[in-house]
Amino acid sequence: MKPDDSRINTIEVLYFARLREAFGCASERVAVPESVKDVSGLTAWLRLRGEAWALELSPGKPVLIAVNQEMADADTPINGGDVVALMPPVTGG
Amino acid sequence: MAVRVQTGDFDIGVEIAAMRRDNPKVGAVASFIGVVRDVNDGDRVAEMTLEHYPGMTEKALEKMVATALSRWNVDDALVIHRVGTLKPGDQIVLVVVTGGHRGEAFQTCEFLMDYLKTRAPFWKKERTPAGARWVGARESDDAAADRWS
Repeated sequence: MKPDDSRINTIEVLYFARLREAFGCASERVAVPESVKDVSGLTAWLRLRGEAWALELSPGKPVLIAVNQEMADADTPINGGDVVALMPPVTGG
Repeated sequence: MAVRVQTGDFDIGVEIAAMRRDNPKVGAVASFIGVVRDVNDGDRVAEMTLEHYPGMTEKALEKMVATALSRWNVDDALVIHRVGTLKPGDQIVLVVVTGGHRGEAFQTCEFLMDYLKTRAPFWKKERTPAGARWVGARESDDAAADRWS
C-alpha cells in the first residue's frame, strides 16, 4: 500500500435500476483509500471487486454518475461524506 | 414553475386551467402527454414500472425548467412525471408551457421533453411475455437533446 493510501474516506454509494439488480445492492457505505480522488478513481476502485463490478463498470459501458445529486464527469472530485450515485442511462418520459 | 413526481394520474384540463387562472396575458398553451404503449421493440408490454432517484429527479427537472424559462420568452412551465407501475394507455408524463405566442411555447415544450428523456433520472422496466427487462436508452433521444446545445 502506498503511503497516501493509509488514510481512508467514507462515501455513500447508491445504485439504481439495472445496476442495483446486477450488484444486488441499493446503497452502501464504502471506505475508500485517499488515493480515490475523483469519479474515475472510484469506478476503478469498485472494478477491483471483480465479477459484476468489473463487467458493469468496464470502460466503454455507459454509466451515469451523480455526485451529491448533480450529474458528474470522470474527473469530478469525490470527498469524504459525498453521496455518489451510479446509474444506467435514463429512460423516462 | 412547478415540477411534480407522483404515483397518481394527472388531468391536463385541471393543470392548464390552474396555469391560466388570473393570467390574461397567456396567448398560447403548448402541451405534451406521454402515454404507455402496449408494444416495444416488437414485444407486447403488459405493464411497466418506473423507478427514479428521489431528490435528484426533482432537482434535475427544476434545473431544466429554469434553463428553459431563461432561454425562451414564455410565462410558465409545468412538468409532471409519474413513477410506480403503469399499464398500456396510462399517462406517464405531462409538460405544459404557457406564453404569449405559440412559437416559443412549442419550442420550450419540445426542449423540456428532449432534456427530460436524456437527463432526468428515471428508468423503465417493462413486463413482456418473455419476462421483465430494463428499457434501453435510445440514441435517437440523445440526438434530439443534442440539437438544443
